[in-house]
Amino acid sequence: MQTSNRPVSVRDLSVAYHRKPVLRDVQFDAPEGKLIGIVGPNGAGKSTLIKAIMNLLPLTGGEVQIYGKPYKEQRALVGYVPQRESVDWDFPTSALDVVLMGRYGKLGWFRKPKAADREYAMDCLDKVGMADFAKRQISQLSGGQQQRVFLARSLAQDARIYFMDEPFVGVDAATEKAIIRILNELKTQKKTVLVVHHDLQTVREYFDWLLMLNMRQIAFGPTSEVFTTDNLQKTYGGRLTVLPDLPEPVAETR
Amino acid sequence: MNVLTQIQQFFSDPNTLWVLSGTILLGVSSGVIGSFAFLRKRGLMGDVLAHAALPGICLAFMLTGSKNPLFFLIGATVTGILASMAINTITRFSRIKEDTSLALVLSVFFGVGIVFLTQIQHTNYGNQSGLDKFLFGQSASLVGDDVWVMGGVAIALLLFSLLLFKEFKLLCFDPGFGRSLGFPVGLLDLILMLMLVLAVVIGLQAAGVVLMAALIITPAAAARYWTERLDIMLVLSAFLGGLSGALGTLFSATTANLPTGPLIVVAATMIFLISLVFSPRRGLLSKAIRLAATRKQMARERVLQFLYENREQGYFDPLNTEMILWKYPMSRRRLKSALASLTKDGWIQVEQKGGSFFIRGTGEGWVQAYETVLRTRMTEVWMMHENEIGGNIREEGSTTGEIPPDLFEPLWNLLVKHGREPKWNPKSDSIAGEGGNVP
Repeated sequence: MQTSNRPVSVRDLSVAYHRKPVLRDVQFDAPEGKLIGIVGPNGAGKSTLIKAIMNLLPLTGGEVQIYGKPYKEQRALVGYVPQRESVDWDFPTSALDVVLMGRYGKLGWFRKPKAADREYAMDCLDKVGMADFAKRQISQLSGGQQQRVFLARSLAQDARIYFMDEPFVGVDAATEKAIIRILNELKTQKKTVLVVHHDLQTVREYFDWLLMLNMRQIAFGPTSEVFTTDNLQKTYGGRLTVLPDLPEPVAETR
Repeated sequence: MNVLTQIQQFFSDPNTLWVLSGTILLGVSSGVIGSFAFLRKRGLMGDVLAHAALPGICLAFMLTGSKNPLFFLIGATVTGILASMAINTITRFSRIKEDTSLALVLSVFFGVGIVFLTQIQHTNYGNQSGLDKFLFGQSASLVGDDVWVMGGVAIALLLFSLLLFKEFKLLCFDPGFGRSLGFPVGLLDLILMLMLVLAVVIGLQAAGVVLMAALIITPAAAARYWTERLDIMLVLSAFLGGLSGALGTLFSATTANLPTGPLIVVAATMIFLISLVFSPRRGLLSKAIRLAATRKQMARERVLQFLYENREQGYFDPLNTEMILWKYPMSRRRLKSALASLTKDGWIQVEQKGGSFFIRGTGEGWVQAYETVLRTRMTEVWMMHENEIGGNIREEGSTTGEIPPDLFEPLWNLLVKHGREPKWNPKSDSIAGEGGNVP
């Protein structure tokens, strides 16, 4: 019962592809209003985890609750930033149109976006510093700008929980700053954000909480407690040749 | 003259007007549905469905013994759905990839269709004469009933596309995100597939099984060249599809009774080729022109840069053009054209001495060279310090982009820090190019 006010509550989640388990024993209660990083090596199942939570993949076991109810009933509370490479950007549409897609869930079937939706989408573009590019065809945006358009689209969903899949991959400095600013803004609004992340150098700086993953859950908790050499060893096995010097210097690298 | 009178005759015949409106409607609806199929990357699916319709049509005829277009529609739809289910099953439950399963299903269904067709022709079914027209299409064989069915289905398809515009857009661009919003992406795919089946089936009699796919995909591919907006692309694709249908029908009816299908395809392909070459932004021609312009601009910048840097290092003599080629390798032709255009602008002067060419800057030319070098170096340091400075030089494109005024001072300071600031400013130096000390 005490979990009902938890934004995301995952019980004994497991996922398998072609009978091969890719994720198992994932179990955590995400606290509200935190920026939660999901880290782990390539193929650790980070993207799989958020897709599984969002019902985009079938679970082989376990249960997910969003604010105490099944995902299907709480869909309107969830915003999603997929990986940028997951779509073909040579699509005949503008940046504003893509952001407008974030309103489609609230619109439901058949109804067309209204002027109010356009304004909302425009505000979201403005928040990520892309207002000047609203009419730009999306293939003419740089990678970082495309990422910001995706971020704006998730803001247009006006959600309480956000799942972001590798938003920092291949972006420029301006975009990285914009994303960080938005993440902190979301945090002050008591929103919960789960971010798949790969850059260990910035983990301490960006995230309050951490989920460490390598096909199974290694650790979950406040970054200061779980981001340890021991856990990193367990997460990355022998693959991490240069472990970041822990604990202090990581925070100082920037 | 002969063709003109034929066209006149053509239009005076109310029956052929029916035929024409049928093929136009067909082009319009397949243009719209084809756009979605094209953007969903299901271009080949139209071809599979068209070929898979043949056994359905034959079966419908064998079962009912009539050539009622409604039965044909049902038969072709059933086998079309079977074919798409077969493709899904093969890709999901075997190691065979989608392209292979498309090819497999297409040929098997078409083969079965040909077997049925031959069977019908060898058996005494009586009025089987029209069926072989389905291979290549013959719009002249369309009768009133056919056109009514075609028109009805085409309009229904257009209305559905209008109704589901937003959903299909989401499906084509980002199905994963659509699913996260709660839209049943599988169902939408199925609806789109059904609409594709219908669009294909109503076109079979006019365009033929073998070539119907071209009518689905070619107008959409052509329309994509002219616009960056989905709604405009749909309208344009519909228009181009209708135009191809009309042209194909006209030629077919007026010239020696050629089959309609191939002529429609020829018309559509012509439209596509024109789009491929001449469209303003994506066309091959404009791309070539833009590339040439960029190369010329680059060569001009190289010359100015080299001229300036030479002067900056304290060499005041006219510059041998061979030196430019030595530092910045480029074709002589390109260098020549760059020098010519710089001379025409009055930025440099060229003189010939003993077989070699020497250039010097003019007053205006030195200022331009200074600006070019300043821009290039500021962009360089901006890239090195993007993190601290911010701003968006890169977003506005090439090295020729202007430096935003608010970035000018910090960038200048950084240049000084790295010792990269342009050391000689022609604007504060009255006798440009001759004498004058480096400040």
